[in-house]
Amino acid sequence: MFKTIALSAALALGLGATGAHAAGAEGHVEDFDFSFEGPFGTYDQNQLQRGLKIYTQVCAGCHGLKFVPIRSLSAESGPGLPEDQVRAYAEQNFEVFDEELDDFRPARPTDNFPANNGVGAPDLSLMAKARAGFHGPYGTGINQFMKGIGGPEYIASLLTGYTGEDREQAGTILYENTAFPGGWISMAPPLYGEDVEFDDGHENDLESEAKDVAAFLMWTAEPKMMARKQAGFVGVLFLTVLSVLLYLTNKRIWAPIKRKGH
Amino acid sequence: MAGIPHDHYEPKTGGERWVHRRLPIIGLLYDTIMIPTPKNLNWMWIWGIVLTFTLALQIITGITLVMHYTPDADLAFASVEHIMRDVNGGWALRYIHANGASLFFVAVYAHIFRGLYYGSYKEPREITWIIGILIYLLMMGTAFMGYVLPWGQMSFWGATVITGLFGAIPLIGEPIQTWLLGGPAVDNYTLTRFFSLHYLFPFVIAGLVIVHIWAFHTTGNNNPTGVEVRRTSKADAEKDTVPFWPYFVIKDLFALAVILAVFFAIVGFMPNYLGHPDNYIEANPLATPAHIVPEWYFLPFYAILRAFTAEVWVVQIASFVTGGIIDAKFFGVLAMFGAIAVMALAPWLDTSSVRSGRYRPMFKWWFALLVVDFFVLMWCGAMPAEEPYASISLVASAYWFAYFLVILPLLGVLEKPNAQPETIEADFDAHYAKSGGTKTVAQTPAE
Repeated sequence: MFKTIALSAALALGLGATGAHAAGAEGHVEDFDFSFEGPFGTYDQNQLQRGLKIYTQVCAGCHGLKFVPIRSLSAESGPGLPEDQVRAYAEQNFEVFDEELDDFRPARPTDNFPANNGVGAPDLSLMAKARAGFHGPYGTGINQFMKGIGGPEYIASLLTGYTGEDREQAGTILYENTAFPGGWISMAPPLYGEDVEFDDGHENDLESEAKDVAAFLMWTAEPKMMARKQAGFVGVLFLTVLSVLLYLTNKRIWAPIKRKGH
Repeated sequence: MAGIPHDHYEPKTGGERWVHRRLPIIGLLYDTIMIPTPKNLNWMWIWGIVLTFTLALQIITGITLVMHYTPDADLAFASVEHIMRDVNGGWALRYIHANGASLFFVAVYAHIFRGLYYGSYKEPREITWIIGILIYLLMMGTAFMGYVLPWGQMSFWGATVITGLFGAIPLIGEPIQTWLLGGPAVDNYTLTRFFSLHYLFPFVIAGLVIVHIWAFHTTGNNNPTGVEVRRTSKADAEKDTVPFWPYFVIKDLFALAVILAVFFAIVGFMPNYLGHPDNYIEANPLATPAHIVPEWYFLPFYAILRAFTAEVWVVQIASFVTGGIIDAKFFGVLAMFGAIAVMALAPWLDTSSVRSGRYRPMFKWWFALLVVDFFVLMWCGAMPAEEPYASISLVASAYWFAYFLVILPLLGVLEKPNAQPETIEADFDAHYAKSGGTKTVAQTPAE
């Protein structure tokens, strides 16, 4: 009987995810491949740099990244830009309000990316974790273990999901999108392909750009992912060894007690 | 400890005698750790240690998180991101703490159902059981308030929905809700008081855990046979028991290591698996999420809460009899708390003279159905409040109450129990004789 309960306890984890994902994801989310999926997945530094460029030249016009410090662009486990480049990037691209100066000044690496509340577009710092991803198999969501949480897939699907249809409703234009819940989104298609030129001549078709910016936003949402997976691996390995040692110890100390009955 | 005869601590060195005369603390620790423990305990008896460890883990990670967290409606969400990005190892602390809550509830449900199956709640362990239920209630309060602290969308709206339950109580409901929230709606006042209480409750739990352990160290552990340890002499007691150290300490540590390996796999590889994506959106009183779903460990009782709608005849009768004071909403609240209350009353509702479910042929099936029922309720709680989930919730809720209020009292009368072993020693020896004494403890640990 206790095995039933033990199994049930394990199942509880699965059922929890059902709760987490009951929130409607009516839109179609394409399962793109990303380098950071699975227990050993890592960020692709070049892809993050391309994503940063797309964010800066396209998305930043409306969307902020207010929780992300600009200095973190130099992180080894992130875009990994040299510090002088990060300084130049901050100065050239963003202005922040300085309370001491009581005026705007060029951004420094120590500042966060500015918030952007202009047109009511959501902040993107955590977007990759704020959208539901994979639910399978059977609603348990356990496939996230291999596929990742699904947020970046949602972002890339959204960016590539415009059908070209639009309609006006209460004074705003809505655009039809296959990934967006409800099917109509107020954001005009931000990417069409070939929006950004890369120095290394990397592909810049729509899908490639969408994936690059989605990967970049996964990094802004979870900058410590690589450290986390490494720590998880070390932790599991250590505890497995410890379990084996404790198992053998336990077996040995109980042996005389169990023999006594004969 | 009283009860089972065993050797007590004797101070040996001069220093020990000096301390012992003034404060017998070494003796207390010695007697606690060397307590005679039934030697036939199976793998379902490991959860107590897992729970104690998890409480310590949550308190330690929690205290560290508080050093970097800001309990203010305007700053809380950003301070959590500060922990995730800027604090050394902050992401690990937060993910361990958040997933630690789930580990806590997995363990407590396993622990509770073990008690229900083996009759651990029965005479003379009623106080242990009641203290345990109090701990469980405090855990739910602590987990709920902790979930509000990151001040995400689900934090905010979860708090709104759950405190709204108290508003359903007639007459005094709304003042109670206002008092809990610190104002007319969830706001900064709510956050600060939840923060304060979230810090306080774990220490109350720790105190109750000590009382819980004190109580069952007084009565002695239950065991899979439900047969008591022989107390006629020390020699007899020693045939039924082994000291807790090292036999069960090592066994429990082994189980703990296995469970923690799974836990760290979740923390390391899918830390947001049990969370809601919506909680990565900062709280916004103007935008309600499409679905407000509680954390998985609340789902069974959430399903009971929602099961009793105005169409259910029991609710209509209750409403008619009380002249409308008990409406559907209030009935749901009563049912939810009642579901835990009937569990607390199990020692008096169970009329069987046999303690362990192992020797109760009919009880076994009803109990198995209760476990299934629990998971059905959990599943229903995660589903939207519509058909067929509403009907399934109602049937499952009805079974939950029927199990405690009808089946447990009746089974004691109707059921003919199987023969129980004379002693724990007999059970233990029979178990290990079957496989010629070579059988090891290599059963799958309970996780």
